[in-house]
Amino acid sequence: MLDYVWLIPLFPAIGFLINGLLGRRLGKGVVSVVGPAAIGLSFLTSILIFFELIGKPASERHFEKVIFDWVVSGSFQTVIGYQIDPLSILMALVVTGVSFFIHIYSVGYMHDDPGYTRYFTYLNLFVFMMLNLVLANNFLLMFVGWEGVGLCSYLLIGFWYEKDSAANAGKKAFVVNRVGDFGFILGMFLIFVNLGTLDFTDAFAKAGQLDTATVTAITLLLFVGACGKSAQIPLYVWLPDAMEGPTPVSSLIHAATMVTAGVYMVARCSVLYNMAPIAMAVVAIVGVATAIFTASIGFCQYDLKKILAYSTISQLGYMFLAVGVGAYSAGIFHLMTHAFFKGLLFLGAGSVMHALSGELDIRKMGALRSKIPITFGTFFIATLAIAGIPGLSGFFSKDEILWMAFSSPRGHFLLWMVAAIAAGMTAFYMFRALFMTFFGESRVDHHVAHHIHESPKIMTVPLMVLAFLSIVGGYVGVPHVLGGANHIHEFLAPVVGGGPEPGKAHAGFSILAQAWAAGGAQGGHSTALELFLMVLSVLIALTGIGIAYFLYLKNPILPKRLAEQYSGLYRLVANKYYVDELYQVLFVNSLKKLGMGLWKGFDEFIIDGTVNGIAYFIGWLSSLMRRMQTGFVQNYAVSMIVGGVILALYYIMRAFF
Amino acid sequence: MDILGIPILSFLIFFPLAGAVLLLFLKKDETIRWVTLVVALIEFVVSLPLFFRFDSTTAAMQFLEDWWWVEAYGISYKIGIDGISLLLVLLTTFLTVLCVLCSWTAITFRVKEYMVSFLFLETGMVGALVALDLILFYVFWEVMLIPMYLLIGVWGNPARRIYAAIKFFLFTMAGSVLMLVAILALYFINLKATGKATFDVLELYKLGIPVGTQYWLFGAFALAFAIKVPMFPFHTWLPDAHTEAPTAGSVILAGVLLKMGTYGFIRFAIPLFPHAALELMPLISVLALIGIIYGALVSMMQPDLKRLVAFSSVSHLGYVMLGMFALNTQGVQGSIYQMLNHGISTGSLFLIVGMIYERRHTRLIADFGGISKVMPVFAVFFMIVTLSSIGLPSTNGFVGEFLILLGAFQANTVYGVLAAVGVILGAAYMLWMFQRVMFGKITNPKNEGLKDLNAREILTLIPMIALIFLMGIYPKLFFSKMDVSVEKFLKDFRGKVEMKADLTVPKVVAEIKK
Repeated sequence: MLDYVWLIPLFPAIGFLINGLLGRRLGKGVVSVVGPAAIGLSFLTSILIFFELIGKPASERHFEKVIFDWVVSGSFQTVIGYQIDPLSILMALVVTGVSFFIHIYSVGYMHDDPGYTRYFTYLNLFVFMMLNLVLANNFLLMFVGWEGVGLCSYLLIGFWYEKDSAANAGKKAFVVNRVGDFGFILGMFLIFVNLGTLDFTDAFAKAGQLDTATVTAITLLLFVGACGKSAQIPLYVWLPDAMEGPTPVSSLIHAATMVTAGVYMVARCSVLYNMAPIAMAVVAIVGVATAIFTASIGFCQYDLKKILAYSTISQLGYMFLAVGVGAYSAGIFHLMTHAFFKGLLFLGAGSVMHALSGELDIRKMGALRSKIPITFGTFFIATLAIAGIPGLSGFFSKDEILWMAFSSPRGHFLLWMVAAIAAGMTAFYMFRALFMTFFGESRVDHHVAHHIHESPKIMTVPLMVLAFLSIVGGYVGVPHVLGGANHIHEFLAPVVGGGPEPGKAHAGFSILAQAWAAGGAQGGHSTALELFLMVLSVLIALTGIGIAYFLYLKNPILPKRLAEQYSGLYRLVANKYYVDELYQVLFVNSLKKLGMGLWKGFDEFIIDGTVNGIAYFIGWLSSLMRRMQTGFVQNYAVSMIVGGVILALYYIMRAFF
Repeated sequence: MDILGIPILSFLIFFPLAGAVLLLFLKKDETIRWVTLVVALIEFVVSLPLFFRFDSTTAAMQFLEDWWWVEAYGISYKIGIDGISLLLVLLTTFLTVLCVLCSWTAITFRVKEYMVSFLFLETGMVGALVALDLILFYVFWEVMLIPMYLLIGVWGNPARRIYAAIKFFLFTMAGSVLMLVAILALYFINLKATGKATFDVLELYKLGIPVGTQYWLFGAFALAFAIKVPMFPFHTWLPDAHTEAPTAGSVILAGVLLKMGTYGFIRFAIPLFPHAALELMPLISVLALIGIIYGALVSMMQPDLKRLVAFSSVSHLGYVMLGMFALNTQGVQGSIYQMLNHGISTGSLFLIVGMIYERRHTRLIADFGGISKVMPVFAVFFMIVTLSSIGLPSTNGFVGEFLILLGAFQANTVYGVLAAVGVILGAAYMLWMFQRVMFGKITNPKNEGLKDLNAREILTLIPMIALIFLMGIYPKLFFSKMDVSVEKFLKDFRGKVEMKADLTVPKVVAEIKK
């Protein structure tokens, strides 16, 4: 079966071609089957390959399949080739699995859209590109997928292209991602120049030849790419705008799969990152800073999808924190659970929109709990999961990240603290959204109110499946301290390494240091501390939920009063710290001005001015000459006489002197 | 290989000319169009065996023909192709077919003269690409000038066509006159040094020229080619010529004529004067970089679609020059590949702009908006071509751009980094343009009733789209043809540069001065 790895991306490619070339003629019925079926087959293949892979001993779980030579120029050799190892197959499973359910959901959600065929064409293309990204056996093919998913993201964000805001958002996403890709490309160049290959296996095997400065540069440049794709500071600005796309797209591309590509890439390059402590510190700091910064923006948003978007950025920050402290498997674990619960949250938001004729403003919702019970139930589960309530998937993965941020040798007390606070903030803004949407009094518009209805089965079944996964998804990674086996950690270890051992007590917090010391030798100390921190993080989450409850259910007028009292701060946060405006002035406007100046000032004035100036000068000169040719005989006679006199004078003078 | 008893390359040069003569005897416009199409198609089909019978294991000139032309002065009719010119010849015969197709309804008056000019132009282009004798090359080089001048000046946009045509002519002439002087100088230097009267470029390659002299000669050649490319700051004729020319004129101008400049560098300027090329590498690279960034920034602000594409050409050709002057395998191969890519992507862009121009008689971006809604098929083609132009992976543009950047990066890290900035800008100006033309609501009522592409137009674009993907997904097909020739080019270059020490004696020049 491993030999057929190419089938995984092939099915979506076929779906894309069928729907793209023939979709209009085949009709909606066929499109609705082809789109999801292509992904379903791909999912099935991934499952079969997964089982074959785990049937092998851990050390033999690596397989590569070269399809054909691609760009070949002198010593530069790349192929179209795929590889299967624990990391790539896990990604393939998440991508195809979540995609499959979102495709099914889309059949219902997009049913009345005139662009139905186009939608599934793009969606299949996206999955194809995403699978190239995760299955590629070299950097260049990964980059194909990388830019390919960016293209699909562009097309799908701007899916309703007649809306200017949608078209703008698509373009913004593409261009900001290109800034990231700039880093990615340069990173690849450095790898090739120093190692002579872009093949993963080769490059990582030879990585030892790199000196620290080079490897730091490589990893930082690659991380620039990751910042673009995975929406981290300072390149996160495109993701909130990306919510202009259809909601299942936000769920699939902008929550579950594409935006996690950066985390995958860092994990894939763990060999390189491990050699570059500075780069890892940067990754961790950017991650945790993004996590808390965007969580705070989530406080003051009223657009349900925007809240989820900022939440996604924040959660991606956690994943980068994890990989930044060397806990790659924890990052991938959170990537997976996040795909379940955040994918679900977006689909839930879509279902709410479906019920409310497209309404997204949570100020115009409320008390929807009983009217759309399945949507509510699943949304609630996902909210609990993201808030880190014990027993749900998000708890296990997030807690492992927090623990690693604290205990890893590359971790730090401050990283842990910021992340823990951000976790509390997450619980707060998610429950704020939950309460305002489903609880309290109904603020729904009258015209909309009597239309409210639960979504059809084709949409609710995917919700339920993802809700199920949001609950159980965490049990593949139950930590040892809770008596689990942390299977996912063991599974990924051959690719990303065993991860950091808890190595030191952080002096930042004396109680923790004492707890550490009290634990005693070899592992014992960390168990007590790990449990302690776990309880602490649950308490922080509960506090967040409590505050949300107090502000948005008990005293619904209070938030408004707070906003008025601290109006400056409120405006700053509500306007997302004016980062978009700043970028507009710094980059967009100034580049436009520069372009205009170069065109009018240099091209037209200086260069063409010179060219035309020469032409005019010659024209002027010849018009002077022309005046001599007056055509009057008298004038010619005069000049003849004058000339004759001058000549005569000249010879006379010469004769005498 | 012979066609009707005529060696294939000669056939390719003179068949369009024969076609042009035939057209003179025809009267009906419709017949003229069909005959031209058939001539162009035959020409293309005949050129295909070049590709399939090309021996990619040797760097030697193939399909060689060598006869005396003016024996007394050593002028020969020597033609042949290697891996560098092969693909450009094919691009020429290919694009000419599409140009005839896209002129079908766009040209309504003096159809005969138009088609004659076009076939005449094809003779010039193929001739210039296969000529291995400097005088022969120069003749074809100048032959190209006249029909292009007419295409712009007669069938161009009435408002400014004369200005544009004259500007095009004068810019190009200014460069080529100096090149002629340099060709003659080269001839005399060789005559003194070896006693052999020849303009055969393969012979002249062997000549060792003192470095000081090389500067002058290289300068003259480089100026002629740099204007043609065009490199910053000699580019200002291009936006005018492109904007005023009819669609097919723009396509062939972008697709092939500009490549004469870059081809000139790689066939003549660099191998003839390697030391000067090496010494001036920083200057040319910097000009190329300025072209990349400058072209992109200026392109971004253009209100006219054709001008926008024209400035984007300045940027793209900057990549070609940068890659070439990286003078390493990836750079040079990427550069040649990008010549082809630019012909296809930018050629397609001009075709596409021509298609909506024919419908709306305007090229101003502000006059459009929301076209996707009424022309969905057109939108798909336009999107693919736009993506190819911004070098999206899996399209042709990516392969060329990537190798050029890699080559430049290896030659000089800073060049690589700066050129990569251009990639960001490229996405910005193309997507912004696309958005303003295709997305949004239809605001101008004149756009509401626009008809989508017809069968002829789709037929014109499909080969381009097929090539965009073929060249993006399986580039090996093309790289395998140029591999050996590029390696030879680089080996010779390095070999000559290393001989530098032997050339310091200005013996030859001293003799000439007498």
